[in-house]
Amino acid sequence: MTRFFDMGGYALYVWPSYAITLGAVVLNVIWARRSLSRARAAARRRLAGGGSGT
Amino acid sequence: MNWTWFHRLASPPYIFALARRLTPWFGWTSGLLIAAGLYGGLVLAPPDYQQGDGFRIIYVHAPSAWMSLMVYTTMAVAAAIGLIWRIKVAHAVAASCAPIGASFTFAALATGSLWGAPMWGTWWEWDPRLTSELILLFLYLGYMGLRGSIEDTQRADRASAVLAVVGIVNVPIIHYSVTWWNSLHQAPSVMRLGKPAMPVAMLVPLLIMLLAFTLFFVAVLLVRLRGEILSRERAASWIGEALGS
Repeated sequence: MTRFFDMGGYALYVWPSYAITLGAVVLNVIWARRSLSRARAAARRRLAGGGSGT
Repeated sequence: MNWTWFHRLASPPYIFALARRLTPWFGWTSGLLIAAGLYGGLVLAPPDYQQGDGFRIIYVHAPSAWMSLMVYTTMAVAAAIGLIWRIKVAHAVAASCAPIGASFTFAALATGSLWGAPMWGTWWEWDPRLTSELILLFLYLGYMGLRGSIEDTQRADRASAVLAVVGIVNVPIIHYSVTWWNSLHQAPSVMRLGKPAMPVAMLVPLLIMLLAFTLFFVAVLLVRLRGEILSRERAASWIGEALGS
């Protein structure tokens, strides 16, 4: 197990690479969901307000 | 010839409903494939004879770099379709692509830097491949900045579409940079003519990751697309219905 985490001495380069990329994956999910729920809220407001507002 | 399928693809309510239905399929398949690819890349693949375990960065670096180019190409094609046929859904696709592409371009640059440090002895070099990839990041950021600076969605769509279409020249430059110029960066080992230059145990996890990231892009794109469609369909009657459920 220690050998796995050590990555043959490249741990300092391998693990941050994986963290950055998987971080990008997770952030994309969060950002996409947030942008959809914002657009939904804005559309609801427009419908309630009779078509005005953004 | 029956063209109804084409008209349906340009219809916002149809695309909105289709996107909602398809998202979980793409999302979950990509999640499973990422898990499989990580296991294959980190555990099953043998260490490289030169780079040892350091080469395993390829399983996140190459898919990120692939995303950076594939997402940009999708964005530029969608922008061109939006410009030529004035299709709102196409502009919505283009606008959805940019943040996804920018984040993976950043990941490609950062993981490349982390790979370059031990293997080339430098974090950064003004090398053709690295420089053109950095320009790609600036293109994405410029595209988003331009959109953000124009209040009117239709005008933002058109102006940013022109930028996206012009910027496509950078994509072949990035891809062929390692062949055209002397580059520190290695030549392609998968995206090339002929057989991939890699043993199967190393290659399979990489192909799985490439597929997983592509499906992931589609899933995130579909979620963003629904938001972009909503913000473009100001007073359409179908929206109330779509929001209800």
